[in-house]
Parts: sequence; C-alpha cells; structure tokens
Amino acid sequence: MNIDDLTPELVRAFPAPPAELSRLQERLAAAAQRDGILDVAYRTIDSPVGPLLLAATAEGLIRVAYASEDHDAVLQALATRISPRMLHAPGRLDAAARELSEYFGGHRRRFGLALDLRLATGFRRTVLSHLPEIGYGHTASYAAVAQLAGRPRAVRAVGTACATNPLPVVVPCHRVVRSDGSVGGYLGGPAAKRTLLALEAA
Amino acid sequence: MTGKQPFEAVVAAHGGTVLRVCRAVLGAADADDAWSETFLAAMRAYPDLPADANVEAWLVTIAHRKAIDVTRAAARRAIPVGEVPENTAADAGPGRLDGDLADALTLLPARQKQAVAYHYLAGLPYSDVAAILGGSPEAARRAAADGIAKLRRVAGRIHERSAR
Repeated sequence: MNIDDLTPELVRAFPAPPAELSRLQERLAAAAQRDGILDVAYRTIDSPVGPLLLAATAEGLIRVAYASEDHDAVLQALATRISPRMLHAPGRLDAAARELSEYFGGHRRRFGLALDLRLATGFRRTVLSHLPEIGYGHTASYAAVAQLAGRPRAVRAVGTACATNPLPVVVPCHRVVRSDGSVGGYLGGPAAKRTLLALEAA
Repeated sequence: MTGKQPFEAVVAAHGGTVLRVCRAVLGAADADDAWSETFLAAMRAYPDLPADANVEAWLVTIAHRKAIDVTRAAARRAIPVGEVPENTAADAGPGRLDGDLADALTLLPARQKQAVAYHYLAGLPYSDVAAILGGSPEAARRAAADGIAKLRRVAGRIHERSAR
C-alpha cells in the first residue's frame, strides 16, 4: 500500500454508492417539484414500438419521443428550448404512462392528458389540434387533414406538421396516411406506424 | 446555440463527488441533508449560471455554505452534555483503514478538513479551494498539507498494525 498518495483511500473512506445516489436523486426530484422549480420532468417507458421518452412541464405532456429520435438529443433540445431545470422524475408522468400502457394494451381509445403544445407553433399547431378528430381505428389522408385545418392546399405543410409532431402516439399523426392508401412516412419509422394502425384495427 | 445540459446530467456527473465531500466535511449523518440542500439550491440558480462556469467548483462552493448551515443548525439543536464522548476513531478496530481514515479526517480542524476534502476528494485546484475558504491559495495548500500529514500518520499506523 502506498501511503504517500491517500486519495484512493480517502475516496474509499467516503463512499458514494449508486443506490444511495439514486435515493438522493428521487428526494431531489420530489423537493424540486414541491418548490416549483422542476420545469421539465421526464421518464421512459417500454412499448410495442420501442422505448418512449415522456416529458412534461407543469402545464402538461410536452414531448413523446421514439428511440430513433435519440432521447439524449431530445432532452438536450428541451433543455435549450424550454428549461435546463430538468430531472428524471417519473411521478409527473404517472398518468401519461398509465394511459399509454392502456392504449398499447388495446383498452384505451382516446387520451385524457393535459398537453403542453408550445413546441408546435403556427399552422403546425393548428394541424396537431385537428388530428384527434380522426377517430381511433380510422385514417385520413394528408389532403383531408389540410381541409380539416382550413388550408386545403397546404398538403405538404400537413406532412411537415406530422413529421415534427412533438407528441406522437398521443396526438395521432400515425392516422394520417397517403391518398393512395399506403401508410406514408412516420417520425417513428414506417414499422411503428404500421404497428399502431394494426393495434387500432384489431 | 446548444445551451446548458439538463440538470439531471449535472446530478449524474457530480452527485457522487458532492456526496463524498458532504460526508467528509459533515459526517455521514448530516451528509444527505447537505447534499439535498446543495442540489436544490443549485437547481434553483442553474439557469443563471454562466455557460462557461466550472460546475464542480460551483457545486462545492454551494455545498460548503450548506454544510456551514447544517453545522449551525445542529449546534443550535445540540444539548450540552457533561462528558465529551470518547474519540470514535478508537472504535473502528484494527485494519479498518477506511473507517479509521474517515474518523481521522472528521477530527481535523475545520479548515484542514475542508481543504483536504475540496482538493483531494473534489479535485479542485488550490486557487478554487482558496476562493471557497477565503485566504490565499498558499494558505489553502498549507491547510491541506497539514491535514494530509496527520492523515498519513494514521494511515501509517494502520499500515504497521496490519503488517505486524
């Protein structure tokens, strides 16, 4: 033993075990929530379309993200755009996790969650606000959604709104398909879109 | 603009170091409270932290202040006792270097203890340690050296004991 450099011994003498740190992190998340400084809470859930990141502000669910979107990148974007006061805090996402689990289990047809739509602005937001009008198990073409949103010629802009939907699954952009009946693109990948449509058709 | 990283990443990166520092400066019993107060205060102030700030030095500075608060609160709560409890370092038993070192550090004068914790456990340069403790970097270096010399004697004794 080298007693000249005490640093490793000191580090061992004052341990910081992972289990204790995660307990302290949970306590911090609860205190931050209580003090109103938890601007963004997040957690991930498993689903038939892969792990989903869920994030919520005090106003409501602000983001659902597929793994293909890179969850770390999504969190960094939220930190920059909304607030860096962000913690892994599953509690605020309990209702969202429960409703999504019911949805994926085939027991829920519409979501009753408070939504924070501030990541979508202008016409994109208008489009998203009309998507819940396409009922569970139904689809609509991009052109039909353009009509619903009051700009019948803005078919391409509807495509962009769906491709940048910050709340996929919950705001059902997967129900928007091509006029020829093919599923079209999807921010979670075409396989995820087909999975959701098959789930709703069952 | 990429902006600041999520505060969760700050907790993940520095939570362990801050807990070690709190344990060293305050002892295990009060360390959790100091850790929690430190990160809650840090999270509150995080949006205003300059983007190029040294996050670890900032956190240790907050932890230093919170540790003083916790110590003061404990002193106010304390009931005077007729007899001072015996030095717990003797109770750690032979060969338990970790426990003995921890106890030996706890018994150092506050400044030496803090200088050792902030330099050796948190890895801060003496200029940062001095900024936290007040005084010159040279004084911070001396305080840490004095503390380490005492700890080394403890480590040496244990070393001899276990070699016997």
